[in-house]
Amino acid sequence: MIEGFVALYIFMLAAFTGYEVIAKVPVILHTPLMSGSNFVHGIVLVGTMVALGHAQTPTEQVIGFIAVVLGAGNAVGGYVVTERMLEMFKSSKGGR
Amino acid sequence: MGFVINLAYFAAAVLFIIGLKQMASPVTARRGIIWAGVGMVVATLVTFVHPEIQGLTNYILIVLAIGLGGGLAWWSGKRVPMTDMPQMIALYNGMGGGAAAGIAAITLMQLKPGEMSLIVQSLAVLGGLIGAVAFSGSLIAFAKLQGIMKKTFRFGAQQAVNLGVFALTLLLGGWILASGGDVNVWVLLAFFVLALVFGVLMTLPIGGADMPVVISLYNALTGLAVGFKGFVLDNPAMMIAGIVVGAAGTLLTQLMAKAMNRPISNVLFSQFGAASEGQDAEVTGSMKEIEGADAAVMMAFAEKVIIIPGYGMAVAQAQHKIWELTQLLQERGVTVKFAIHPVAGRMPGHMNVLLAEAGVPYDIIYDLDEINNEFKTADVALVIGANDVVNPIARSNPESPIYGMPILNADYAKNVIVIKRGKGAGFSGIENHLFYADNTRMLYGDGQKAAAELISGIKEIG
Repeated sequence: MIEGFVALYIFMLAAFTGYEVIAKVPVILHTPLMSGSNFVHGIVLVGTMVALGHAQTPTEQVIGFIAVVLGAGNAVGGYVVTERMLEMFKSSKGGR
Repeated sequence: MGFVINLAYFAAAVLFIIGLKQMASPVTARRGIIWAGVGMVVATLVTFVHPEIQGLTNYILIVLAIGLGGGLAWWSGKRVPMTDMPQMIALYNGMGGGAAAGIAAITLMQLKPGEMSLIVQSLAVLGGLIGAVAFSGSLIAFAKLQGIMKKTFRFGAQQAVNLGVFALTLLLGGWILASGGDVNVWVLLAFFVLALVFGVLMTLPIGGADMPVVISLYNALTGLAVGFKGFVLDNPAMMIAGIVVGAAGTLLTQLMAKAMNRPISNVLFSQFGAASEGQDAEVTGSMKEIEGADAAVMMAFAEKVIIIPGYGMAVAQAQHKIWELTQLLQERGVTVKFAIHPVAGRMPGHMNVLLAEAGVPYDIIYDLDEINNEFKTADVALVIGANDVVNPIARSNPESPIYGMPILNADYAKNVIVIKRGKGAGFSGIENHLFYADNTRMLYGDGQKAAAELISGIKEIG
């Protein structure tokens, strides 16, 4: 179990990492990056799988099922949209 | 098995950070999303052997749900036009928030006395609250941008009502914490319903022009909720990915709000459109119309043309025509530059993405600071579908709600041609004084049609 100060350290270091990664981004990448970070929090899918995995009552299974559908949508949709957006940067560079 | 799972989650966390880092540069951006994608696949696959997943039914349900959610998202993500990207991000982000809220619901329902420390339980409640707000709020943002919901809803004591709902939600959250391991299902239900209602209420009064900032904020919130869920489920991949996105999203939100010169608190709590009423009386002059052929002549014999694209160009899908027009002008020896306002379109970088799609090279696209001094030497400023970002009132009238927002000084150009669908005010509902200026001519029509007229006009000159 990760608890107490170890959890706090993880929180702090991850927050600084997120801040640093974005800090010097050109404006043209703001939208793709928002989309990319939107994809990354699609990791919630993993959590929903575990939650549905230990669901015991039908109510819990229904909630869990919806949660996994939503989580999978976040991950897959986030990836497809980001990939399509970044695809354009390639084509424009090629035609330069 | 525990070792393999932990190793996979660790690898996923590393890949996410590397991916995001690479996405922050145009050169490596495409590799970045692929790395992050690999991380996601690894984490998802290894979760199938997670010891906490029990029962064949649940396995089948998981596979079905992933197929359903993933399939729908794949299908919709592939076929949505580029111009609708902002609302798709809002939609997928909302789904993530909803998923986090779902995890919170299940964990709190299954809670047994003494199983969870108070700190972890408060993270579960908080994550559920934030996730639910991000879910319903993002859906409203999606509906607004998609045009399903056109009005902004405002009523008298709105902020007091919102505050009341929020306070009540917190109160119920406190009740859940106080009941320890024995949470009443109805209290839990009321808590989530109120959180969802709050997300709706909070987003309803926000005007469409502010939506990018709001979507970015909800993106950060979902990240935070996912991070909290990671602490609750003891899942380091979720912790790190969630918190990294939470921090990055917060910074991104600030950058966007700064580009619009509006503090985030203003976006969330001020009544943008309402404040502008009654201040438009002082517009002098009239809008002067111009024919496509005349505008074409004006541009063809110019030395320098600066094109200012806005959301109207995106709606009309006119970016390809505009690039064709640009090439024609360049063949005639006209210098053409593109000026992009930081919040042109519905999202920062939205215009750049569209122009890139049409094949416009980077080096003729300039942002506000780089080009604003050049308008004085430009013969023609062509405004296509942009409005508030060229409104000189932002410089002159301290009363105006957009006062102080940096704008593109299109009015300094010798001639201004504005391509616009109709005579109405812009997205913010503020009258644009540029359209009434002496050196401005209005070319009415759909962006693509107007650009086509300009192209044929220039071709006729030969």
